[in-house]
Amino acid sequence: MEYPIVSSYLILAVSLAFLLQSAAVCVYAERRIAAFIQYRVGPNRVGPFGALQPLADVIKLIFKEDVTPIYGNKTLHTVAPLIPVVTALLTIAVIPFGDGLFIVDLNVGVLYLLAVASLGVYGVTMAGWASNSKYSLFGGLRAAAQMLSYELPMGMAVASMVLFAGSLSLIDMVNTQMYWWGVFVNPIGFIIFVVATFAEANRTPFDLVEAEQELVGGFHTEYSSMKFGMFFLAEYMHVVIGSMLITTFFLGGYHLPFAGYYAHLLPEAGTWAKALLDIHVFLGKTAFMVFVFIWVRWTIPRFKYNQLMSLGWAKLLPLSIANFVIIAFILMVIHTYM
Amino acid sequence: MELKNSILDKSKPTFFEKHQNALYKSLEDKHTTVEVEQDPLGTRMILNMGPQHPATHGVLRLLLELEGEKILRNRLDIGYLHRGIEKIAENKTYQEFMPYTDRMDYLSPYSNNVALCTAVEKIAQIEVPDRAQYIRMIGAELARISSHLLFLGAMVMDTGAISFFIWTFKERERIYDIFDNFGGHRFTISHCRIGGVHNDLTPECISMIKEFTESFPKEHSDWLKLLNKNRIFYDRNANVGNITYDQALQLGVTGPNIRAVGVPYDIRKFDPYLKYDEVEFDIPTRLEGDNLSRYFIRMEEMLESIRIIRQCLDKMTPGPIRTDNAKQTYPSKDEVYYSMEGLIHDFMMTDTGICPPAGVECYHAVEAPKGELGFYIQSDGTGHPWRMKIKSPSFTNLQGLEKMLDGEMIADTVVMIGGIDPVMGESDK
Repeated sequence: MEYPIVSSYLILAVSLAFLLQSAAVCVYAERRIAAFIQYRVGPNRVGPFGALQPLADVIKLIFKEDVTPIYGNKTLHTVAPLIPVVTALLTIAVIPFGDGLFIVDLNVGVLYLLAVASLGVYGVTMAGWASNSKYSLFGGLRAAAQMLSYELPMGMAVASMVLFAGSLSLIDMVNTQMYWWGVFVNPIGFIIFVVATFAEANRTPFDLVEAEQELVGGFHTEYSSMKFGMFFLAEYMHVVIGSMLITTFFLGGYHLPFAGYYAHLLPEAGTWAKALLDIHVFLGKTAFMVFVFIWVRWTIPRFKYNQLMSLGWAKLLPLSIANFVIIAFILMVIHTYM
Repeated sequence: MELKNSILDKSKPTFFEKHQNALYKSLEDKHTTVEVEQDPLGTRMILNMGPQHPATHGVLRLLLELEGEKILRNRLDIGYLHRGIEKIAENKTYQEFMPYTDRMDYLSPYSNNVALCTAVEKIAQIEVPDRAQYIRMIGAELARISSHLLFLGAMVMDTGAISFFIWTFKERERIYDIFDNFGGHRFTISHCRIGGVHNDLTPECISMIKEFTESFPKEHSDWLKLLNKNRIFYDRNANVGNITYDQALQLGVTGPNIRAVGVPYDIRKFDPYLKYDEVEFDIPTRLEGDNLSRYFIRMEEMLESIRIIRQCLDKMTPGPIRTDNAKQTYPSKDEVYYSMEGLIHDFMMTDTGICPPAGVECYHAVEAPKGELGFYIQSDGTGHPWRMKIKSPSFTNLQGLEKMLDGEMIADTVVMIGGIDPVMGESDK
């Protein structure tokens, strides 16, 4: 691992600012896309095309009364909303945005990602418990169970990509996808990973944690004002992070499809043009995945708790292990005989 | 026991002690008391759902005894929207009472109007012209589609797909527009009159209805495409909320809910009122008795309603829309404004109303979207009913819900409530 240099801090600052802003953009995008899906107009009053709507939302949240349940645990109730936000922000450290544009090249980047991503559930579980409400408790418990069940298939799907890269560093992982993206060589792993990412981000069809219909908001029923705002922010940051991870692991990161074959046509590495191209390719893919997140949310019903468990443990986990073993076997054959 | 003691401590019965004790006992045995018994591990929990819960379709209250996500026992509590409609009826003339029926099953006001009118016409022996009957049928079937659309939107939303609610509301909006043209009111239409209907359909309204009957089946088939092959929706509904043939019959479940267990009981065929014996339609029936079958039945019923509306539009012939007897119905506005007799009759109708013979009683039921909606009227010869009892389908269907809930998961509760499709305004009256 190399020590961070000045440019790393610059990239860190830019990417953190970007991530925080992206939540606002996501809120706006979600509301407009939802409106489009539902034959509505959507927010169009605040600013040009309603683009300032997220700002108005935040201002509204700040001015709301901050209520803490009397019989709840006040400390945990206050700490809980911070955890998902912080873990989402931590994730960005190892994601490469372009050729040489990364904050830190961690040689255990994948492990770091999996570890940090699973920390986020503590916030939700603590929120559910600290609220002293039965509905919130259910939300929190569901969140814990869901996170446990989907960590495993997600880890196995990532492991199958590690086989191709031969490294736990995300930079290496992206560079191995220069010729063929992960989705082409490992489609089953891609599907498993996307499903698990949806589950980790607690988005429909895996939003049992919130379950607006039966649990009426689940873990954040008792939250108001900016504490609720933090959960809201974290949800959208997790969507963005999830999309970035899908992009990094399976959609070739900042590489254009099959870029290795026509690399001589692209700008040279290390130039501004190349950096801009890389960042735009990366953001384009991320934006597409965010759109998929939103699209799915507004069209598909939600799973039931037992269906969620059986999908995670009985279907995805065996499938992901089988996928891993088969890929490992094929790679071994290729390396040995070719 | 604790409840009883606590009440006894507070009030100390002195008068008719035995009787009061019995009262307290009945309070204690009140259907809606759930206490955790035999729970050595401390894993059970009582969850109170409603009456202020967004997914219980109004003010239904559920008490659930849970073990994890599973419901062990449940109790239903209704009555939070009780407005004493039956008692109000005793102080209103029959015609005056009609707007109240709009507010019973507020998702299909027209069906309620028809139910009241047909019951009063039966007890007062009023003949209704053919054209009025066809107009009523069109209104009732449109109301049925509107109600089933809300069922569809609400139930699919309860499973988690929020957009569906708005898609069905787009079609409901068109039905509202039709009703606006139909009787001058979008929602609580009160278009029926005893002895006929208030006004004839305008050509514009007929063309709107025709357009709706043409475009609706396409939208309907789109929804079927979206839902029938959606694995999550299918799994959420199949084998959920099962009720057996016997249970359903014993509890008096009616409407689509009983047709879902294989009883083809539809009053439109069973005991035709209006002109339902002159139109062709089928009664969709299923055998499974689960939530999915209730969904399928309602989806098919919407298409049958479209079929009925089309036939009504074809069979309607020009003619009077109200019976021509001033003792039985309101005179037309022309008569009221331009003739003395008309004005007198109008006053008399408003003041005294239609007087059925004294001592007569009758029960008449119609097939409302939710099931059998019946009005039992006892007359004392005045313009007010001496007693009016409303048999509302939501009330009986909710009894079935209690049987269905045991052993299911919490997430199923809202879906099942959606599947039963109760309207608390009608259940609590």
